[in-house]
Amino acid sequence: MRILGFVLIVVLGVVLVWGIGDLPERGDPQAPAPTHVASYYIENALDDSNTPNFVTAVLADYRAYDTFGEAVVVVTAALACLLILLRRREDEVEVEEESR
Amino acid sequence: MTGRFESVFLDVVTRAMVPLIQVFAFYIITHGHYSPGGGFQGGVMLAASIILLRIALGEESYRRFPREAGIWIAGVATLLFTLLGFVSILFGGNFLEYAYVVPGMDAVELRYWGIFFAEVFIGFLVWGALVAIYDALVTGGVEA
Amino acid sequence: MILELDFWLMIVLIMFAILALEVKDLLAAVGVLTGYSFLIALLFSALGAPDVALTEAALGAALTGVLLLASLTFMNRNSKD
Repeated sequence: MRILGFVLIVVLGVVLVWGIGDLPERGDPQAPAPTHVASYYIENALDDSNTPNFVTAVLADYRAYDTFGEAVVVVTAALACLLILLRRREDEVEVEEESR
Repeated sequence: MTGRFESVFLDVVTRAMVPLIQVFAFYIITHGHYSPGGGFQGGVMLAASIILLRIALGEESYRRFPREAGIWIAGVATLLFTLLGFVSILFGGNFLEYAYVVPGMDAVELRYWGIFFAEVFIGFLVWGALVAIYDALVTGGVEA
Repeated sequence: MILELDFWLMIVLIMFAILALEVKDLLAAVGVLTGYSFLIALLFSALGAPDVALTEAALGAALTGVLLLASLTFMNRNSKD
């Protein structure tokens, strides 16, 4: 089983390294990622929202809905943590009362 | 008056460092327009400062920053962020389209301040949520 | 981007990752994982993404380590495998 896992990892690593060859060069302006909407953000972020750091402008203005969802996920995680652990604490209290 | 570990050095260094960490975190939150950073990173730093207080000072930190405060801060910040989104719907824009939040003001200025308030809300939200997660893990959450 | 610096950062990064898996003491594993996050933050800033680097340094190097340490106080310190 250990040898099988090792062989799988090696095969996966070879495939991934082989796939690196097809990635575009770093900073290539003709790559698919910067040709779609990124150039619009880079050119117009300062005029649209008076924000020199266009990463902030993309995160909090153009893609504010994504950021909102991200923030709600964090709050939901905190609420879930509180709910699960609070429930366990009440159970412990009940067990203590029953054992008396 | 020393904290949990009976160590004067830990106590003094914590009390000296926490205000500096918090000031730097607020700088990161509010300076997101011009430098790397923003609400998320600054909020994590604020949460880290509170967790440092929790670890080093123990019981005293729960008097300074109560257990319930974390989830309250997170909830109120989420509510305000959502309201900011719905106000722009009210005046004819899309959800969280800051140019419509206050009718009659300049759109560029509105988007600038919209980004600012969004960052502040995200910062407070992450701060409260992460402190609440730490308290839930360590003490079992709000006292039942 | 300095190619040699990136190369050695990557090598040390892989060493840290293997070490974090292999080390028996869980406290040491948390420490190594924190160092791993810090190295990733350095690599992000070397690649020209200071925002991501700041997030990684704050979340990965500070808060994840603290949360893992907090959960470590509830359990046995030595790992079985």
